[in-house]
Amino acid sequence: MDFVMNLLAGAIRVTIPIGFAALAGMISERAGVINMGLEGMMLIGAFFSVVGSYITGSPWIGLIFAMVSGAMIGLLMSVFAIGFKCEHMLTGVAANLLASGLTVVLLQMIWNTRGKSEAVNGLGVVSVPVINKIPIIKDLIGTISPLFYILVALMLIVWFVLYHTPIGLRIRVVGDNPFMAGSMGVKVYRIQYACMALSGALAGLGGAYLSIGDINMFSKGMVAGRGYIALSMVILGGWHPVGVVVSGLVYGVAQSLQFRIQSVKIPAQLVQMLPYLVTILVLFFVRSKNKAPAMEGVHYYQKGE
Amino acid sequence: MKAVEMLGITKSFGSKFASSDIDFHVEKGEIHSLLGENGAGKTTLMNILFGMIKPDSGKILLNEKEVKIDSPLEAIDNGISMVHQHFMLVDNLTVAENIVLGAEPHKGILFDREGAFREIQEIADRYHFVIDPREMVGNLSVGIKQRVEILKALYHRSDILILDEPTAVLTPQEVNDLFKVLNELKADGKTIIIITHKLKETMAIADSVTILRRGELIGRYSIKEVDEQKLADLMVGRLVNFSVEKKPMKDDMPVKLSLKNISLKKNGKQALNDLSLEVHAGEILGVAGVEGNGQSELIEVLTGVAQHYDGTYMIGDADVTNKNAKTILKYMANIAEDRRARGYVKSFTNWENMILGYHTLSDYMTKAGFLKTREIRKITEDEIEANDIRTEGPLQLTDSLSGGNVQKLIVARMLRHQKGLVLAAQPTRGVDIGAIEYIHGELIKLRDAGAAVILISAELDEIVKLSDRIAVLYEGRVAALRKAEEFTESELGSYMLGHDPEKEEA
Repeated sequence: MDFVMNLLAGAIRVTIPIGFAALAGMISERAGVINMGLEGMMLIGAFFSVVGSYITGSPWIGLIFAMVSGAMIGLLMSVFAIGFKCEHMLTGVAANLLASGLTVVLLQMIWNTRGKSEAVNGLGVVSVPVINKIPIIKDLIGTISPLFYILVALMLIVWFVLYHTPIGLRIRVVGDNPFMAGSMGVKVYRIQYACMALSGALAGLGGAYLSIGDINMFSKGMVAGRGYIALSMVILGGWHPVGVVVSGLVYGVAQSLQFRIQSVKIPAQLVQMLPYLVTILVLFFVRSKNKAPAMEGVHYYQKGE
Repeated sequence: MKAVEMLGITKSFGSKFASSDIDFHVEKGEIHSLLGENGAGKTTLMNILFGMIKPDSGKILLNEKEVKIDSPLEAIDNGISMVHQHFMLVDNLTVAENIVLGAEPHKGILFDREGAFREIQEIADRYHFVIDPREMVGNLSVGIKQRVEILKALYHRSDILILDEPTAVLTPQEVNDLFKVLNELKADGKTIIIITHKLKETMAIADSVTILRRGELIGRYSIKEVDEQKLADLMVGRLVNFSVEKKPMKDDMPVKLSLKNISLKKNGKQALNDLSLEVHAGEILGVAGVEGNGQSELIEVLTGVAQHYDGTYMIGDADVTNKNAKTILKYMANIAEDRRARGYVKSFTNWENMILGYHTLSDYMTKAGFLKTREIRKITEDEIEANDIRTEGPLQLTDSLSGGNVQKLIVARMLRHQKGLVLAAQPTRGVDIGAIEYIHGELIKLRDAGAAVILISAELDEIVKLSDRIAVLYEGRVAALRKAEEFTESELGSYMLGHDPEKEEA
């Protein structure tokens, strides 16, 4: 029983950054933009949250740094992917390369190292009064990073906006058929830019969890493919806000399991493959492709372009 | 009163005039047919009215007041709506959501979904539309989707409704339903413009007609002044021969091709379900049906593109079950359903496309494996000449030809290589009347010469006109198979919709 509880508690923590990124990927794809740049957005978020905390001493200011820097990457990508009609995939790859290069350069400039930043003030953990009394639940999320609650709140807000407001309806139509949306007076570009900025901010928060939410420093390349995993979770979660975050748990459980069976006599490399293997298998067997926004990745042209 | 008036409209794309100095008007409360062949400039003219294209010169008057329409939004604000040929709908939203987009009813920041349902239901009831606003659009039939588009126009309070080729995708019954709806709208004082190339429908529904040909205005007539033949002659610019003459079909001709119990799954759906067909030498077998009932899959089986089906496929005495396309091409020449996807290579020139799929024949390739380019070009030149293909010559890119001429090239290739068995899939889709006449004539000639022809078409008129026997496809099965003269048009329509008229009468 302890093993299961530990496994799940670990899984939830591993899921937090993936959950943010999956939510980020979902919102941009709902608006028709394939966001391959999640990885880079997370890395930038991880880095600038540390910078924010380092400069001000407040990890909360660090979170704002993470969101703003992530959103900037989102807007930069939008300029190319939407404004200049570049291939969405390539735009994302470029953003990732930019992020990995930029963080290393800035690491050198600020802390004069190539690998790790100095330790900064982190977000720590919170213990919410009522929840830390409920049996079982308290063992899972009784004491946890505040970003967990922020994630759950944002997930619900995004769900509400997407399915219960006019703007949400418009976002969904833009991803499915921007031409129809445009013909009915919906400002397609404005929605796409806004969703990309939001996507960047969310992915930035996911990155921030990795640095100031966990080890309280930045280390080079610390996102380690989580952005790509999140993209798969968008598919697995069927492009639904709650679905994509919960799907993150699949990876979370596999990753958490991996930590806990490293002592077993199996080659470590094989065990470390587990989360990635599970992700691939899940993608192979789950066919939710038909739920994808019908025109994601398709360039929209306004009249006269 | 003139609801719409367009004066001196000129629009050119490069050196080509899509419309030159056209005057057009529609009276309030009438149904007007804008008639012309593909490329006559009908859709361009209406896109100008709807604000999608900016004319080089000319002006637009609505209710006899001059207006400027620079975008579809301004058109909608001016009470004009357009139902496009390809519906502007999102499949995984409800009917109501699709309709209210851009002018959503709301309570504070909340989308008022119930309010939307209610409002759409009210409009639907007023015009006697049977539709459920809560249904997902993806679950609807094409005819009902079109109704959603019309509701969209009504929701946005349009008085002028433009429909682009509204019957292209409908069955005869659905066409009748559409006409009822249009007459209801007319009775309510709406003005309706139908873009079409179909003469019969113009005669059936329109009050007046404007004819365009190659971007020029030919004339405006009241429907009482014209008949089908006159419209056709005006539209094409010469006398058109509608009737086809064919020798009576001989009995006891050998079976050239047979499918037995063919079943095929595609994307988890049973696309073909225990389908059996036979085609004899000297006959045209027409395959009718609403699109999406297995035609594409049947074509894939016949041509060998699909190779994972159950059942038996024989050509003559040869068993070609699950054989590939290359093998089947040796027996059967074809006109591809989607010529842009499978009929020719866009980056190839005419001579290359002329021998596509047949390049290994000794006529075209030396023993050492080199193409005999000079001979092939000569052959292509002859074919261009013989089939009256309008092109600069063998070296022109096929993709730069008009649809009709591309299709003639494909037909020429089919004729050149056919060995008594031909599959013609949607042979006249998107081609002009001249090319249609030519293609129909060639298919009849093939048949009279003893070839077996399978004709798969969404155009019911074409099927009825050419076929000796007709098979109706419904949900991947042959719902009915008889001699052509034993079907009435409404029976065909019923079978296409999955009804069995004989049982229903009983």
